[in-house]
Parts: sequence; C-alpha cells; structure tokens
Amino acid sequence: MSGTFVGMPAFPEAAREALADSQLRHNLAHATGTIRAKRAKVVAEVADWEELRLAGAAVKERALRDLDTQLVRLEETLTANGATVHWARDAAEANAIVAGIAKAHAAEEVVKVKSMVTQEIGLNEALAEEGISAWETDLAELIVQLGDDLPSHILVPAIHRNRAEIREIFRSKMAAAGRPAPDDLTDEPAVLAAAARDHLREKFLRAKVGVSGANFAVAETGTLVVVESEGNGRMCLTLPEVLVSVVGIEKVVSRWEDLDPMLRLLPRSSTGERMNPYTSVWSGVTPGDGPQEVHVVLLDNGRTRALADEVGRQALRCIRCSACLNVCPVYERTGGHAYGSVYPGPIGAILNPLLKGVGHDDQTDSLPYASSLCGACFEVCPVRIDIPSVLVDQRAQVVDAHRGGVPKPEAVAMKGAAYVLGRSRRLSVVERFTGLGMRFARRFGPAAWIGARDLPDAPGESFRAWWMRTDGGRTDGSRKEDGTDD
Amino acid sequence: MTDARTEILARVREALAGSAVEPVETRAPRDLAPATPEVVDLFAERVADYRAVVERCGAEELEDRIAAALPAGRVVVPPGLSVRVPDAIVDDGTLTAAELDRIAAVVTEARVGIAETGTIVLDHAPDQGRRAISLVPDTHICVVREDQVVPDVPDAIALLDPARPQTWISGPSATSDIELDRVEGVHGPRTLHVLLVAGER
Ligand code: SF4
Repeated sequence: MSGTFVGMPAFPEAAREALADSQLRHNLAHATGTIRAKRAKVVAEVADWEELRLAGAAVKERALRDLDTQLVRLEETLTANGATVHWARDAAEANAIVAGIAKAHAAEEVVKVKSMVTQEIGLNEALAEEGISAWETDLAELIVQLGDDLPSHILVPAIHRNRAEIREIFRSKMAAAGRPAPDDLTDEPAVLAAAARDHLREKFLRAKVGVSGANFAVAETGTLVVVESEGNGRMCLTLPEVLVSVVGIEKVVSRWEDLDPMLRLLPRSSTGERMNPYTSVWSGVTPGDGPQEVHVVLLDNGRTRALADEVGRQALRCIRCSACLNVCPVYERTGGHAYGSVYPGPIGAILNPLLKGVGHDDQTDSLPYASSLCGACFEVCPVRIDIPSVLVDQRAQVVDAHRGGVPKPEAVAMKGAAYVLGRSRRLSVVERFTGLGMRFARRFGPAAWIGARDLPDAPGESFRAWWMRTDGGRTDGSRKEDGTDD
Repeated sequence: MTDARTEILARVREALAGSAVEPVETRAPRDLAPATPEVVDLFAERVADYRAVVERCGAEELEDRIAAALPAGRVVVPPGLSVRVPDAIVDDGTLTAAELDRIAAVVTEARVGIAETGTIVLDHAPDQGRRAISLVPDTHICVVREDQVVPDVPDAIALLDPARPQTWISGPSATSDIELDRVEGVHGPRTLHVLLVAGER
C-alpha cells in the first residue's frame, strides 16, 4: 500500500480533519459503543475479573523484569523445537531478514496474518521494494490494502469504511490483485465476506511463505500463540512450507501456564467474546504437520528504549486488545488516523513516544497531549497499564526535551498558542489539548517565562471539565463540575 | 559492529539495571473442579452460543449421527479416528491443500472441551489429524466425549502438552469487520458441527 503514517500532521491538526468527517465519527461511535457493551457483558460474567487482571499484569511484568534471561531461554527452546531464531535491532534489519527468507525460496509473494508489528516496521512496503507482494488476509486488512488506505482501529482496521464503500473497493480493486469480485457482488456483509474468501483462497492454496506476528511467545516451551477470528491466521500458519513470525521482544511470557490468565483476559477485553473463534499454538516444527521451515524474528525497534523508562515500561505489557481505544472519548471523536501511527488511541499516545523517544518530531511529541486524563483506559486495561500516569510523565519528558536546546523550553506552550492564534477556527478543537498543556507547562516548566511574556491564556477549563459539563459535546452543558484534573 | 543479538541483550540489561524490584508473584485465580453434568451442559450451551450445531448422543448412535451430519461431497478423516465413517478418505499426509479444497467435510475427534468458553481444543494427535485437514474443508464435524469436557481455561492449560501444535476452536470462523455485522464463515470451516457423546471412550 502506498498510504503511510510518515509525515502526518501533528495530532491537533489531524484530529481537526477527522472531526469534520461525519461518516467516520458515526462509524466510530457505533463501533466503539457496540464493542464496549459486548465487553462489559462478558467481563461481568467473570467473578474474579480484578484478580485476573492482577495476574495478567504480573505475568507480563515478571517476564519484562527478567527479559534478557527470558529471551535467551526462548531462543534455546525455539531452536530445540526446530525453529531458526533471528534478532533484529530495528525495522530495516527485520525487513531484510524476512525478505532474505522469501528470496531464498524464490517466493514472489507471501501471505500475511494481521499483525501490528509488521505494520510498525513497514514490512509490506519493504518487501514490495524487493519485488515481493505481501498479501494481507484479514478481511479488514484486505479492505485497507485494496483501498490503498490506512488502518484506523487495532481491532477493526476498516471501521472507517461502510459496506457500500467496501463493495466499490472490491469491485474496482480485486481483479488487479488476483481473483476478481463476482459480477453480482452486493453490499451484504455475508456476500462481501464470501468474495474475500474466494479471492484469498487462491492465494492460501499456492503460498510458499507465510508471515505472522505472535500474541504470546512462551520462553519455557518455545511456543508461539496467534489469536484470531476468521481462519486466515490458521491458513497462513498451516499451509505454507515456510513460516516467518516477527515477534516484538515484549511478547514473551515465562511459562506455559502463564497463558491461562492471558487467554482469559484477551478475548473478553478485545472482541467482547468469551473466546475468539481460533487460537493457533505451535512449538517450532511438527514433522508432517504444517510448515517444515519455521523462523522467528525477535524485534527490538525501540522496545529496549521503552524498557529503560521506569514509568513508561509498563506499556510493554500491552496485549493489543484495543479496550482502551473503545472507551476513550478522544479516540471516539477523532479515530485512529489522527494519531499518525499503527498504534492509535490511549496506548498509542504513550507507546509511540516511548518507542521513538521524544524531542525529535512534532507528531510524536503531540501524542501525550491527546488525552483528557479521564482514566477510563486504565480501568479497562486487562494488564493494568496506568496510561494516565505514563501520559503525565511523557508530557514532562516532552517539555524537558525542548528545554535548554533548540527549540527553547517554552516551545511546547508557544507552539500550541501560536497555532490557536493563527487560525481562530481551530480553537474549538485545539483548546482541549492546549489548555492542559499550557497549565502543565506553567506548573512544572517555564512558569516565569509565560508570566513575563503575557501570553494569552489558553482556556482554563480542562478537556475533562468541558466533557463532563457538555456530555462530550452532545449538549451545550449547564452542569458545572468542581475541581480540575491536572 | 556487534551483532544484533548481543546488542539487544546488552540494551535489555542496561535498561533493567538498577531496578531489581521483583514483581509480586500473582497466580491466576483458578478453581479446578471436576466436570459435573452441569459443566457438560454448560459446554453444550456455550458452543451453541457461537452458532455452531451441537448434538448430544450416546456412543451407539454416533455413526448414524455423523452420517446424517455429512454434507454432499467427499469426506476426509484422520488416520486414528476411532469411529467408522463409510467411504471416507483416510488422510495419509499426502493430500495437498488444493486437493483438500475439493473435499467437502472432515470428521475429527478432539483433545479437550472447555465449558466456560465453549471451546474445543485439538492437539492434532492421530484421532484428529494434521492441522490442514480440519481447516480447508468447509464442514468440520467434531466428536467430543463428555469426559473430555473441563470447566475452564486453566483446567485445559494444565492438560495440554505445549510440545504439540494446537488449534483452539470457539464456533465457526467469523468476522465483524464490515460495519460490525457478524458474519459466520470467512476462511475456516463455515459449518462447525459438534457431536457431544455421553460416557467414556
Ligand atoms: S493498553 Fe491495555 S487496554 Fe489498551 S490495547 Fe493495550 S492491553 Fe488493551
């Protein structure tokens, strides 16, 4: 796909564009509302849910605090199971390893299971440069790929597209990628799904190389786990002769029984199901069953940077369930594209700066401000990532990164103010993010500077206060809320 | 230049240096209970919740129930299936994916059933066969015995052998990717027919 997140405008500007798109807002509100309700129902079924969350957090935390030992163990067990282990410091190294494996088998194409990590490293684009086509096989990813588009939600990446648009994409784009859509294609979801089934089956049956990520990697047993719904994962993990799995180093859990809390937490938090339709578990090569050549690429790409951040490292526990997106008032209004990353929503607002570091680009630096600090994300997170605390810490780091160098310490507040002053119609959107940033900066950062320069003040009302008062913009709001949140 | 492995492990050690605080060990809450008749009932209910077909029967009826559940077309069975399926192709490991695609149905057994989540776990032993045969044909008829049903996920994890490949199946293949409308059947078998057999093997 040619769509890219690189060079996207910073969050406030991207958010403004998204807010103007009423179709997107409608689809998002519907999606997040529906999944929220499903999740709440199945979570309420579990009597000891809070205890389970503690266990989930502990499983991941234990592995992370001992990550070097766990990774070495994982390498040993995978190798003993017949897999080949590769290590990649960054996206370029990982992409080169995957391309090298495909080339060694003279493969002109690979089939892919939906995987955030391969999006993170831009694998499809890197393979395309080597003349290798990477076919996305998850229905939503197929829609996004054929539509030359970007995913907008971790779980339902094509949520910004309605059925009529999907029909149009299938009719106009499938033929160029393989088996065309049937002439009598309607916009019924079942009919569209059947068209995707036929289109992709041809690719599954002939594919030599499959590419996946992994939801979990068990160090003790050398086992990888992929959780999915459609069966495209099973196809990619089972039918090709060669399987390459790109696994972030934070996916490791220590022991086989650690999968218990994780497999109970993930589906209920993610799709709001008691269990997802399919979970595939494999430990290297099984003679006579599935791929006979199995590779695992262990990827850093900023994870060790995040691990070094004592407050932020908890973000590495994330199991990508997307529950935090679905409860986030900011995400519900702006959608995923505004975050300019494959990791959107509250988790994206902390994970991107942690992986990339702050002080380098405006897009990343703006993300810790893309929140009202309302705390809903922490409450639903199955591995208890305290996103609000990490956001506050990241804001401080953004301010610090701009202090004493170029740009100057006041740059963050200034940038926000200049932006607002520049075009007044931006104000309605931007004040929600700027007000907090200004007050934060005043309290912890260049307080004297702001006082001396007599800058126009950003609105005193915080986003959260505004949210409570107006019911998220649905009313003008007459109910006042006491106190502030910063 | 150091190699990637050495450098990543060094970065990890550096990142963790000085923060030796051991996290508290927390065990997942688990309440391992024997599979009572209520647990078996719950399993049947929860599997049916996913819009799979669930039938309960006695061992003596099993052959007839399988025959009745089979769609038109050919059927493949794993080499170790303990029940007779007339005219079935017995998988010898040589059928290609394209050949499996021309077969309408597969009959397998299972390793464990999880009541709480309505999940069937295959560990691809000879009574279940290699992974491809229960994936490519469009109808999967799965025989689960009542004594294979356990209450919840931790019971299953305790029973399963991580050295074996596993497929955890909760209902037929499904997607909600188009306007969140649930559609059963994308790439995996579109029909999952579970025969829950009373008594022990
Ligand atoms: S941060 Fe927590 S809630 Fe958000 S995607 Fe990750 S695991 Fe899920």
